[in-house]
Amino acid sequence: MSRTFLGMPPFPKAAAVSTRNARLRANLTRATHTIRDKRARAVAELDDWAELRQSGREIKDRTLRHLDHYLLQAEQAVTAAGGTVHWAADAAEANRIVADLVRATGESEVVKVKSMATQEIGLNEALAAEGITAYETDLAELIVQLADDLPSHILVPAIHRNRGEIRDIFRGSMARWGRPAPEGLTDNPAELAEAARLHLREKFLRAKVAVSGANFIVAETGTLVVVESEGNGRMCLTLPETLISVVGIEKLVPSWQDLEVFLQLLPRSSTAERMNPYTSLWTGTTPSDGPSNFHLVLLDNGRSDTLADQVGRQALRCIRCSACLNVCPVYERAGGHAYGSPYPGPIGAILTPQLRGLQNEVDASLPYASSLCGACYEVCPVAIDIPEVLVQLRERVVEQAPGHRLERAAMKSAGWLLDHPAVYSAALRTAGKARGLQPRRLPLPGPAKAWSDSRDLPVLPERPFRDWWNRRDDRNHGHTGKDDAAR
Amino acid sequence: MRVALFLTCVNDALYPDTGRAVVTLLERLGVDVDFPAGQTCCGQPQYNTGYRRETEPLARRMAEVFAGYEYVVTPSGSCAAMVRDNYPRLGARARAEASGTELGRAAEELAPRTVELTEFLVDVLGVTDVGAYFPHTVTYHPSCHGLRLLGLGDRPLRLLRAVRGLTLIELPGAEECCGFGGTFAVKNPAVSTAMGLDKIRNALSTGAEVLCGADNSCLMHLGGLLRRQDRPVRPLHIAEILAATEHERTETVMPA
Repeated sequence: MSRTFLGMPPFPKAAAVSTRNARLRANLTRATHTIRDKRARAVAELDDWAELRQSGREIKDRTLRHLDHYLLQAEQAVTAAGGTVHWAADAAEANRIVADLVRATGESEVVKVKSMATQEIGLNEALAAEGITAYETDLAELIVQLADDLPSHILVPAIHRNRGEIRDIFRGSMARWGRPAPEGLTDNPAELAEAARLHLREKFLRAKVAVSGANFIVAETGTLVVVESEGNGRMCLTLPETLISVVGIEKLVPSWQDLEVFLQLLPRSSTAERMNPYTSLWTGTTPSDGPSNFHLVLLDNGRSDTLADQVGRQALRCIRCSACLNVCPVYERAGGHAYGSPYPGPIGAILTPQLRGLQNEVDASLPYASSLCGACYEVCPVAIDIPEVLVQLRERVVEQAPGHRLERAAMKSAGWLLDHPAVYSAALRTAGKARGLQPRRLPLPGPAKAWSDSRDLPVLPERPFRDWWNRRDDRNHGHTGKDDAAR
Repeated sequence: MRVALFLTCVNDALYPDTGRAVVTLLERLGVDVDFPAGQTCCGQPQYNTGYRRETEPLARRMAEVFAGYEYVVTPSGSCAAMVRDNYPRLGARARAEASGTELGRAAEELAPRTVELTEFLVDVLGVTDVGAYFPHTVTYHPSCHGLRLLGLGDRPLRLLRAVRGLTLIELPGAEECCGFGGTFAVKNPAVSTAMGLDKIRNALSTGAEVLCGADNSCLMHLGGLLRRQDRPVRPLHIAEILAATEHERTETVMPA
């Protein structure tokens, strides 16, 4: 896979293009509304959803507060169970560690379980640069890889594709990567799934090394957990000789009892299932069962910095369910690629700028990629108040990122006006008097043009409310003359 | 009962008819209404765009202007939510930055007294039939901050259902954001417009004459799209419908 998110335009520019793509819009509307409605039904089945959500939030907060302790506990447990733990401060270090581990096996191919952490660090591209081919085995990730495309959703990376497009991708690209698509492949979902199954089967049987992420690490026993629907993960986690798992340091839960809460929250929020089809758990290595070498790469890559922000740290509670994407009206129209990151949608808009910083234009545009409607917060199974974090990040943007000088000046002068009611009232009256000159749209660049390109400006009334009130008040109280000059 | 009308800057400057309707409605229900002249803007646009410090003097002004009133009533869900949700946050942040406790105290004192119009009618006055008459078909868009931050629920719908002559038609996808979002409308005009067009398509599909809302800023966005497209649906604030009676039609209300 050669494409990356590097060099993409900031969100408003990317979205201006994607919102005009009728096919993308139709694919996304259909898919997000289907999952959204199913999720609502799956969640409504549980009477104690609110309590589960609160528990999920509290367990994650407690774990994050004592993260140093749980990390060391997990390291000790994994090591005691025959695994090797590596610590990676950033993407480059994690990629280096994984590439060296693969090299040491003498292999030049790995099979991959779907993993957001490895998307985040660009592992496939880093391995390719070392002559190692990474095969994605999750169906949607496979589609993205075969199409030389980018993922556009956390759970359903190929959500922007419909089945006709998928058939074309399989027909056009499977042969380059391995077993070709069957002759006469149609867009029938069962046929497409069978084609993928046959294509992937030879990779599973051949692979000596697998790379995964993990949904959770249970600190008390050093047990890793992967939940999935397709069974490709189970293949990768059990067949190869060497397993390398790259996991963000925020993925810890203290105990198995804590895990129980998340195994209820995650599937219902994510795929709208009561329970996901495959839950794989492993603790180090087991003689003559599964991989004989296990490496855990614990990834920081901006997480410690995120943890330092008292408001923003709640983003680290995220369990990557993608419920927020599926209800987000902005994501639904703009699509995932517009977010310029493997983490799209509302959670991406608060996670990406915290993990990568606000220095570049794309990342500084993300906190504004929301109307603050709050639908994301409502569905989040760990109660991340995404609008609150967005606003907090906007504050950091206007302080740190360049390009906000004019806006700040405008805000300052508006602030002065709004703190001087007499001048403010006079300004309202002046605007009312000039209403005859008011155009329906404005040609000059800036906010007024951004408004009036698609919308008429509101028609100014002759007088503001406060003039009517003053006149009425005067009448009621028998006053005359007050403020007459202004009328 | 004497209450302060917190009209909001958008309504004062652009929608005086909504303000007049609130006054007419509340007085008809026996409430004394005061409009403290020192009010300007609650600071929501500043705060939500990232200008927290610029919001602080406006929050102080609000607390000062509305001091002493049992209730501060506003015909805007999002401005009510600004005071109730974000003023305490402003105070907490100021405290955390050791820049004083006075802002926090002022915010916490004002927040619980600030109520949105439909909340005030249903919860405080305990009425759903406000004696209104409005012989038109209406569909209702619940703006996000009223819906999700204030939890207005079906209060606006109960009020509308009790209006004589009014036919209420359910809006498909009602709970989806209209795409206004304050400065979002100008910072992300393409997405904002796409969301708004979907909303007006849903409104048009109802065949209703009126698209009613409880937040004029959302209606300004939707109304701007409707006028540009020359569409027949009329955006109207709920206060203007509730103020209308058989004898007293608000001047802005529908042409006969």
